[in-house]
Amino acid sequence: MAHLSAGKPGGVAGGKELATGSGLRYPANGKTIYHRPLNRSKTSELSQASFAYLFSEMVSYALSKVTDIQDLEKRLNMQGHPIGLKLLDLLLIRELPRNQLRPLNIISLLVLIKEKVWQHLFGRQADRLEKSSNADTPDEYMIVDNEPLVNAYISVPKEMSQLNCAAYVAGIIEGVCDGGGFPARVTAHTVGGKEEGEMWPGKTVFLVKFQPEVLERGALIGSEKA
Amino acid sequence: MSYYFAIIGTQDNPLFEYEFGTSKQGGDGQSRFSDQARHLNQFILHSSLDIVEEVQWTSGQLYLKVIDKFFNNYISCFMTAGNVKFLLLHQPTTPVSSSSTRNSTSIGANPQSPQTEEAVKNFFTEVYENYVKAIMSPFYKVNMEIRSPVFRSRVAAAGRKYL
Repeated sequence: MAHLSAGKPGGVAGGKELATGSGLRYPANGKTIYHRPLNRSKTSELSQASFAYLFSEMVSYALSKVTDIQDLEKRLNMQGHPIGLKLLDLLLIRELPRNQLRPLNIISLLVLIKEKVWQHLFGRQADRLEKSSNADTPDEYMIVDNEPLVNAYISVPKEMSQLNCAAYVAGIIEGVCDGGGFPARVTAHTVGGKEEGEMWPGKTVFLVKFQPEVLERGALIGSEKA
Repeated sequence: MSYYFAIIGTQDNPLFEYEFGTSKQGGDGQSRFSDQARHLNQFILHSSLDIVEEVQWTSGQLYLKVIDKFFNNYISCFMTAGNVKFLLLHQPTTPVSSSSTRNSTSIGANPQSPQTEEAVKNFFTEVYENYVKAIMSPFYKVNMEIRSPVFRSRVAAAGRKYL
C-alpha cells in the first residue's frame, strides 16, 4: 500500500490543476465518478483470467518485500482491507430502501458477509458459517469456503506450505467488520486434507476473532432488548 | 431557516462541511447565521456525536431523525454503513413555540414535523449516493477529506431541491 499513499491525490498539486481546469484530474468529456451510476452491476462480471493475472502480480509484489510468510499474509490482508471498508456502503446502497439496515449484531454482520459480500465478489454464497465450539473463545466465528476463487491458480511451494493467499479475502472481511463498527482480526487457514480423494483440497476457513468490546456491547444491547 | 451540514468520519474528524439556507417559500438559499453562531455551530454539531453513539445501536436505520436540540438548533443525523455520520444542523428563523407545532406544516417553521423529517431524509439519501460514489474512487481512503468541487455542487443541488 506504500505506493498508493505516495500518490495521494487532492494534495497541493491537485489544487493547482483545479485552478487551470486541465490535467489528469478531470476527464476530457467532463464525466467524473459522480456522473456514473452506482447500480450497473448486475450484468457486469469480470474475466477470471484477468483477475488471476492481476492477483498473481499482487502476490509476487508482496512477496518481493517480505521476509517471512506471516509478513506476506499481513501484506495481502492490508491490500484487501480498504476494499472491505468501501464494499459495505456500496452493497447497502444497492439494496432496496426498506432493506437498507446497518448490521447491529455479530450474526447479522456475518450473514451479510456470507451472503451479500460473497455473492458480490465471487458470484455465490460462502459455504458455511460456524461459531467456535470452544467455550474459551466465544469471540471466534468461522466462515468456510470450499474452493476460494483467489486460490484457483495459485500453487504454493512446499517450503511455504503454511501460506494461504486467501489472506487477501480475509483482509476484505476484516475491512467489512471494522467498517461496520465490529473491530476484528481475520485470518485465512487451509483445512483441506492432502490425501487422495479429498473432495475439497483447497478448503479454507476464515477465522474471525472479534475484539472484546464487540462482545461486551453485544451483551449490553441484548440485555436491553430482553 | 439556515442549515449547516457536515460529514464526520469514524475518528470524529470532519470530512466535509457546507452551509446553506432554505430555498423553499421564496428563500434565496443563503444561510442567515451570525458570525458568532458560525463558530458555535461546529461545537453544537460535534457535541451531538455522543448522542449519536448512543442512538446508533438501538436502530439499524440509516436515518436517525432529529437526535439533539440545543436552544433553537436541531440536529438530524444519518449514519452510513461505514460508521460515517452525516449531521445537519437546522435553525428555524423564529423559535418554535410549543403551541405552533401541531398546525405548522412548512418545513422551514417546524423542524420536527413529518414533512421536515421526510425532506431531510431525501436530502441525506441524495448526499449518501454521492458520498458512496466519492469513496468508490480508488484513490480515496477512509476518513480523507472530500474536496471534490463536483461533490460540493451535488450537495448544494440536493439542498436546493429538498430544503
